[in-house]
Amino acid sequence: MVTVTSSGTATVTLPADDQILIAREFDAPKQLVWEAFTTPELVKRWWHARRGEMTVAEIDLRVGGRWRYVMIADGGMEVGFHGEYREIVLHERIVSTEVFEGMPDGEAVNTMTLTETDGRTRIEILVQHASKEHRDMHVNSGMEGGLQDAMDLLEQVAVSLR
Amino acid sequence: MARAATTSDAFNAVAEPRRRQILDALADGERSVTDLVRLLGLAQPQVSKHLRVLRDVGVVDVREDGRQRLYRLNGSALKPIHDWVTTFERTWAERFDALDVVLEDLKRQDQGDGDGDE
Repeated sequence: MVTVTSSGTATVTLPADDQILIAREFDAPKQLVWEAFTTPELVKRWWHARRGEMTVAEIDLRVGGRWRYVMIADGGMEVGFHGEYREIVLHERIVSTEVFEGMPDGEAVNTMTLTETDGRTRIEILVQHASKEHRDMHVNSGMEGGLQDAMDLLEQVAVSLR
Repeated sequence: MARAATTSDAFNAVAEPRRRQILDALADGERSVTDLVRLLGLAQPQVSKHLRVLRDVGVVDVREDGRQRLYRLNGSALKPIHDWVTTFERTWAERFDALDVVLEDLKRQDQGDGDGDE
């Protein structure tokens, strides 16, 4: 078994009312992070978030090309996502659309950015919701811009939650 | 008993900016309506209306204290929101932890299979 030193947990912030930003630093050069993000056999090894098994990872990595991921979650539920690549800058940036197939009316635009410093790579994934409806679905029930505020607030009241 | 569809749970109640301001003010401790009116610079009927919504979904509790009513946060009612954020964050944390393993493998391959353990 491989022993891995965790580089730290993901941070999730909400820079604007209709955006979600996910960030993390990895102990690897950006070429390797890129490879892990764009090679179907490799994506199948991590994208499931240890919550099931990925049955489909299709990546047609060119502008206008399509991608599709399908996972069978533990418990049997199948969840699928797909989209189209809009911009590709090798080892630096991928802009792609994303549709959750359970809610096909909504579409988000994801911008994945890699920045390497001293052999370590910071990844940022900015999720830009295309419509208020989709954003609302993403946060379950119409939180509008309130999530970051709610998170700030919950920092303050965390004591009462534990 | 009728509950407006837009304010039937904590998520929706917190979606309104003024209501978040009220929650922020209450995060520091109990407040009377008078306190909140002063802190937020809103008219009392407006504050009372928002407090009613927040009470309806259980995010805010109220108690009588002599002639005034004091409002306070009920943290457990905010838990669904906290849980949603936590779940989202945890999904990405798990995903990235699995990615760490993939990257370690790639790094070893890159170093020319020095271990010779293919």
